[in-house]
Amino acid sequence: MIAVVDYRAGNLTSVMKALDHLGVNAVVTRDPEVVATADKIILPGVGHFSGTAILEKTGLRAAIMRRIEQGAPFLGICVGMQWMFESSEEAPASRGLGLFSGGCERFPENVKSPHVGWNSLTWQNGSRLFQGVPSGAYMYFTHSYRAPVVAASVARCEYGGEFCAAVEQGNLFGVQFHPEKSGATGLKLLENFCRLSC
Amino acid sequence: MLTKRIIACLDVTAGRVVKGVQFQELRDAGDPAELAAAHSNAGADEVVLLDISATHEKRATLIDTVRRTARSLFIPFTVGGGIRSLDDAMAVFDAGADKVSINSAAFADPALITRIAERYGSQAVIVAIDAKRVNGQARFEVYTNGGRRPTGRDAVACALEAEQRGAGEILLTSMDRDGTGAGFDCELTRAVSQGLNVPVIASGGGGDTRSFVDVFQSGLADAALAASIFHFGPHSLGDLKRGLQSAGIPVRWPC
Repeated sequence: MIAVVDYRAGNLTSVMKALDHLGVNAVVTRDPEVVATADKIILPGVGHFSGTAILEKTGLRAAIMRRIEQGAPFLGICVGMQWMFESSEEAPASRGLGLFSGGCERFPENVKSPHVGWNSLTWQNGSRLFQGVPSGAYMYFTHSYRAPVVAASVARCEYGGEFCAAVEQGNLFGVQFHPEKSGATGLKLLENFCRLSC
Repeated sequence: MLTKRIIACLDVTAGRVVKGVQFQELRDAGDPAELAAAHSNAGADEVVLLDISATHEKRATLIDTVRRTARSLFIPFTVGGGIRSLDDAMAVFDAGADKVSINSAAFADPALITRIAERYGSQAVIVAIDAKRVNGQARFEVYTNGGRRPTGRDAVACALEAEQRGAGEILLTSMDRDGTGAGFDCELTRAVSQGLNVPVIASGGGGDTRSFVDVFQSGLADAALAASIFHFGPHSLGDLKRGLQSAGIPVRWPC
């Protein structure tokens, strides 16, 4: 069973709809005990980084962290991926999980922000998330802050400079774009995550 | 590279897609859920559903239509028309919309933009501006209430205010060109797009491939929206995208 963490993120419905379409057994939950026994965890997200503060208050942060340490596959989407880093300029008072080093920054002023629309990615061979996704495929993005390229960045995207489009390391996965809104290619990526055995 | 988006619009009343010319003369174009799926498969980058009746008694039908349409749509989905309160917006989000488009209410109650943005994020709020040329000059007046009520306000200033209040995108419709297929109003689109930091979706007048090339190149649009040309022809979304690609416009193709 996959636990989709409910912290009032705007794309919760869309993520569930996509999982339902894929025939995946998933539950929406805000209960740390459900997270503690989940096979996999998905943290959706769209909107403001400060929205993740509620995870701290409700005990979900600790439950997610413990389950990750036990080896359960975790997928963060959009703000959910940004939360895997240390921090974000968007909400300096909120701390991320710090699974990857560095903080999220605003786009430079020479490009329109938010970065909205379909952008192409470059990804590394051997990525489990992108298996079977055709090279040069487009994904749908909508965000005003971006995570830095780190060693675990398996996909990069270009908009006012290069930024991290996806991370993958052991049982940790994160995507800046919205696979639930990226048509057939996005669904393929979600399916890859759901079929993983870590 | 970030691509230019082609957005298919479904004007809906009483659960059916219709299309008018210059906000009048409606004709039936089919079932919203079926058309949305067909446009998505054909290469549309997003789907917008506009409730053009938006009367109180038809709201329940709309929510049902939104739910049905969203069920098998896995590209961004915007719903607009008759959204006057945070509650209206919430009902539409709950039914599966990713973004809402607000028009008259954004002018009657500008704080609504901020209220929805604070709850769902700016990326979920589109402010729709319907504008008309003043005496054929390069001045554009904003109209509300389905193009029936002139506001005396300037389109560029209104778009900027909407951005400052939290709108994540502006949907800009030229009332002069709506439904004519005569080409987008590039002057209007450029004037608004230049002054903004958020993306501008051009609407009204989309016809042949050239008209889309023009609105991206000279109008500086980030996205272009059209309805009737995709429902009734003259060309398919695939033809349009191939044409744009040959003209050097970055588009998501093949999808």
